[in-house]
Amino acid sequence: MLTLDRTIGTHFFTSDMGGNPMMYVNLIWAWGHPEVYILILPAFGVFSEVVSTFSRKRLFGYTSMVIAIMAITLLSFTVWLHHFFTMGAGANVNAFFGIMTMIIAVPTGVKVFNWLFTMFRGRISFKTPMLWFMGFITTFTIGGVTGVLMAVPGIDFQVHNSLFLVAHFHNMIIGGVLFGAFAALAYWWPKFTGFRLHEGLGIAAFWSWLVGFILAFGPLYILGLMGAVRRLDSYDASLGWQGLFIVAGVGVAIILLGVFFQVLQLAYSIWKRKELAVGPDPWDARTLEWAISTPIAEYNFATLDEVHERDAFWAFKQSGKHRSAAYHDITMPKNSGFGVLIAGAAFLVGFAVIWHVWWLAVIAFVVLIVLIICVGMREDIERTIPAERVATIENKLWGHRS
Amino acid sequence: MSEAATEQKQLLKRTSIGFWLYLMTDCLLFASLFATYVVMRDATAGGPSGIDIFEMPLVLAETIILLTSSLACGLALVALATKNMRQLLVTLSLTFMLGAAFLVIEISEFAKLIGEGYGPQASGFLSAFFTLVGTHGAHVFIGLLWLAILFATFIRRGITDKLTRQLTLFGLFWHFLDLIWIFVFTVVYLMEVVT
Repeated sequence: MLTLDRTIGTHFFTSDMGGNPMMYVNLIWAWGHPEVYILILPAFGVFSEVVSTFSRKRLFGYTSMVIAIMAITLLSFTVWLHHFFTMGAGANVNAFFGIMTMIIAVPTGVKVFNWLFTMFRGRISFKTPMLWFMGFITTFTIGGVTGVLMAVPGIDFQVHNSLFLVAHFHNMIIGGVLFGAFAALAYWWPKFTGFRLHEGLGIAAFWSWLVGFILAFGPLYILGLMGAVRRLDSYDASLGWQGLFIVAGVGVAIILLGVFFQVLQLAYSIWKRKELAVGPDPWDARTLEWAISTPIAEYNFATLDEVHERDAFWAFKQSGKHRSAAYHDITMPKNSGFGVLIAGAAFLVGFAVIWHVWWLAVIAFVVLIVLIICVGMREDIERTIPAERVATIENKLWGHRS
Repeated sequence: MSEAATEQKQLLKRTSIGFWLYLMTDCLLFASLFATYVVMRDATAGGPSGIDIFEMPLVLAETIILLTSSLACGLALVALATKNMRQLLVTLSLTFMLGAAFLVIEISEFAKLIGEGYGPQASGFLSAFFTLVGTHGAHVFIGLLWLAILFATFIRRGITDKLTRQLTLFGLFWHFLDLIWIFVFTVVYLMEVVT
């Protein structure tokens, strides 16, 4: 609809001719709020894996974790107005969305407790991925409760579009999504590369990020409560806030140090990859991806063993069970360039529409449709890897297998 | 059931789940357009509102045509299951022709409105109307293109497992569009005339 407004002159969100800018606000946030849950749920998934692996204990309350995810997903569609409590919807409407926003904190809290209960009586090892989890669980919880605070419309009227809000959402994204991404990188890096990232540099990066983040955004919570508004480039000196801003600036510098350590970690680890080489299961993990070799064969699993519980690999290790040596033919999809071509054509369409390059938009669109039709008409899309070849690959990957 | 038949059944199931996922995203798209239309129904900016421009006899014709097209599509899938080639040919052709007739009426309705100066740029209401009804029409157009290709594939290669799968998915798509039209018919046209 915005594209139509911008290209052919419709009146969805204009301020005249029947346009309705509030409709835009509602639509963008009805999307925008589920979006932030799309951001955080994968991070939650990463942490569930990391916590159980590094506590050497299965995830506590798996069923309730799944139900919590479903509840979060459903509820995320019912809270969007909390992004614009102050735009005049009235007390009754605000009350509904305020209540729903508070309710959505509950399933997230369930997940937090389940992670903590997973750690309880576990044998915890504070490798880098687990450090990122510890950073997450503390900062995300604090950021989360500031969100519950702002869910109260009366309070939100004071802190809407202040630095308190800015601190909150950076807290959620950095403490939640970003730390989750860093944990995932540290955790699965050895699986797809065959060597570990340097642990010392990882620890340095983590602490720099954590301390830096707290110093950078903690003052913003205080400033927001004192009335500092967002999206300003300067604040009057007479307010006396300079000290807090300086602390925040120091925090940013420490985060930059953290980033420097991460880049150094990557470069150094890649340089020293022979020394840092590990086997397929460096963390003594619980799940099936650690059962396959590194580098990973294109078919991933040569045999599909029968699985009877969630931490199947852990069960295999406990029972001393070895993989069966009977290999079968494996059917794989054929490689194809269509994905790249279709993505390229779609990119050109989007680019051309944005910049009003109409000739390119039309041509790229036609090419796109033709490509899609061609993809649909392909007949020969599979190839088979014969069992003997599978056996050869497996023997090469595992070396001395019994 | 033979191993090959079971494999085909499982393949159809997997592909269907993917297609249903797409249909649900399409549902969300139409939901947004419906919500926008309902909010902007009265944003006529001094221009015409629905009651001034809707021609109900044409809308009724469109609806009957599209519903019959959906019926023909259902019969086509029956013909596919019973391997009745002649019935398949006839019903698929009917599906296409009725779908095309629907589009012809709709395009003529749009052209008339635009000719009178009541195009999508004329007011918020008209923007919402043209976009909602037009998006449905665009889906119908793409469906007809898809059907034509499936039809050509059928003529060239006969019934294959793949074509069976593709026709089944097309059936899902076509019925889905019919369902959306029911909502369009009700929310846009009927509610305007009744209230």
